[in-house]
Amino acid sequence: MTGQNNPHTKSIPLSERRWLKLARPLIIIVALIATWQVLVIVTGAPKYMLPPPADVWSTLNERHAVLLDHAQYTIAETVIGLFAGAALGTLAAIPMALFSPVRFWLMPILLVSQAIPFFALAPLLVLWLGFGLASKIAMAALIIFFPVTVAFFDGLSRTETGWLDLARTMGASRWRLLTHIRLPAALPAFASGFRVATAVAPIGAVIGEWVGSSHGLGYLMLHANARVQIDMVFACLLILCAFSITQYFIVDRILRAALPWQPDSLKPVR
Amino acid sequence: MRSTEHAPDMAQNNPARFDIALHAARVAFNGADVFHDLDLTLPAGSFTCLLGPSGVGKSTLLRYFAGLVEGDVSGTITCSDNTPLKDRVAYMAQQDLLLPWRTVHENVVLGAVLRGETPKHDKASHLLTEVGLSDAANLRPAELSGGMKQRAALARTLMEDRPVVLMDEPFSALDPLNRLRLQELSARMLRGKTVLLVTHDPLEALRLGDRVHVLSGSPARLQDAITPKGQSPRNIADPDILAQQAELLGQLGADASEGAV
Repeated sequence: MTGQNNPHTKSIPLSERRWLKLARPLIIIVALIATWQVLVIVTGAPKYMLPPPADVWSTLNERHAVLLDHAQYTIAETVIGLFAGAALGTLAAIPMALFSPVRFWLMPILLVSQAIPFFALAPLLVLWLGFGLASKIAMAALIIFFPVTVAFFDGLSRTETGWLDLARTMGASRWRLLTHIRLPAALPAFASGFRVATAVAPIGAVIGEWVGSSHGLGYLMLHANARVQIDMVFACLLILCAFSITQYFIVDRILRAALPWQPDSLKPVR
Repeated sequence: MRSTEHAPDMAQNNPARFDIALHAARVAFNGADVFHDLDLTLPAGSFTCLLGPSGVGKSTLLRYFAGLVEGDVSGTITCSDNTPLKDRVAYMAQQDLLLPWRTVHENVVLGAVLRGETPKHDKASHLLTEVGLSDAANLRPAELSGGMKQRAALARTLMEDRPVVLMDEPFSALDPLNRLRLQELSARMLRGKTVLLVTHDPLEALRLGDRVHVLSGSPARLQDAITPKGQSPRNIADPDILAQQAELLGQLGADASEGAV
């Protein structure tokens, strides 16, 4: 694994690695669908409990207009929530790292906020912010806020002490020390927080939709479930999965490109 | 060629014209004195080496001069020109401390950037040529070997153009050949500046230092300086140097047997 980063020990031919890289997701998807089909056959579950893959596929085809229409809402809520939550997390982490009073006051509040179950908050958010996008964006942003804040704060408070010493002897101002050393040094930590946030953001949006909405995949799932259209529920789930994975890889790509100097001895599985 | 024209005066840039006197220095960590009542004078333009067993407080003493020691600290640092030492020192550590997201050139001009000054890019390029890194100016530190990284750190230290240079085991992580090369380069480039170098290698101290002090004991005391003859970098095969190495090892070893009792 580490050998991939060292140009002198590159042993696997490039073409072979690329082939595996492209084939791996396909193999995984095919294996999962096959497992699903086997489960359907073995358990003999009725279609209204566990629809076979073929049924879900035809639902995806026949109802794609409805599905895509609702998916737009969920995607918008997730993406906006992701950026709002990350922005808020950044805004909290920087003053916490810079000023100890802010840290002492904000940290307990942050921890308390994590003790509140988000499911319980969703109805309140809908009550306060309405049935529209705003309550779902707030829900996604709330879920994202904590991992981003904690990861970024952690990165900001663990600046290599040698760099700080060097900057002090160079006569660095507090502000330039932040912008030129502490912030860039904390970016890899921020990136890991943001990756976690990317993975959980759709959860926030969907929970918001379950509690109260007239649009979105969460709303569609709830209604289909009530009408025992389980193939529709599965179709929604598949779209959500596809979107989450796509979003994660786009974010991962962007973060990697933005931080080419980041120590990367263990590449994530792809 | 511009670079060769500039080369001779480069080392003489901003030489030190003042002595530094440390008086009654005391540093304590967790209630235990690392050293107390410690006096040390660094004459203008001299190269002083600080030798001693690890953990004795060499780095602490060096960091004291750099103003980096916090907490239970007392003592005075006086410069003979009655100007504070602060902002007149450049610091070089055992780790290269290069910022991985900046290129070598960008690392060399870091000081100016951190002070909000306009970086002197010509001078940085010139210094990189001097330390043999002109081809690596646009590489990131991860792409450099250990020796190249420490040469980049040396260029960054010289770029600060301070009269006083404090070096904390700057060559100890290098292989022997690279260490010799960097010692030579430093001896040449730092001429005229007041240098305090911490090392655990007696030969390195004798090769580079005009004055070599052994710091030993707990709380640590400074032994009288050994003053090797001739101009640095000295030939380490010279019998005088070897004799003085034996003397230094004696000072270090005597301390070890004291500790054993």
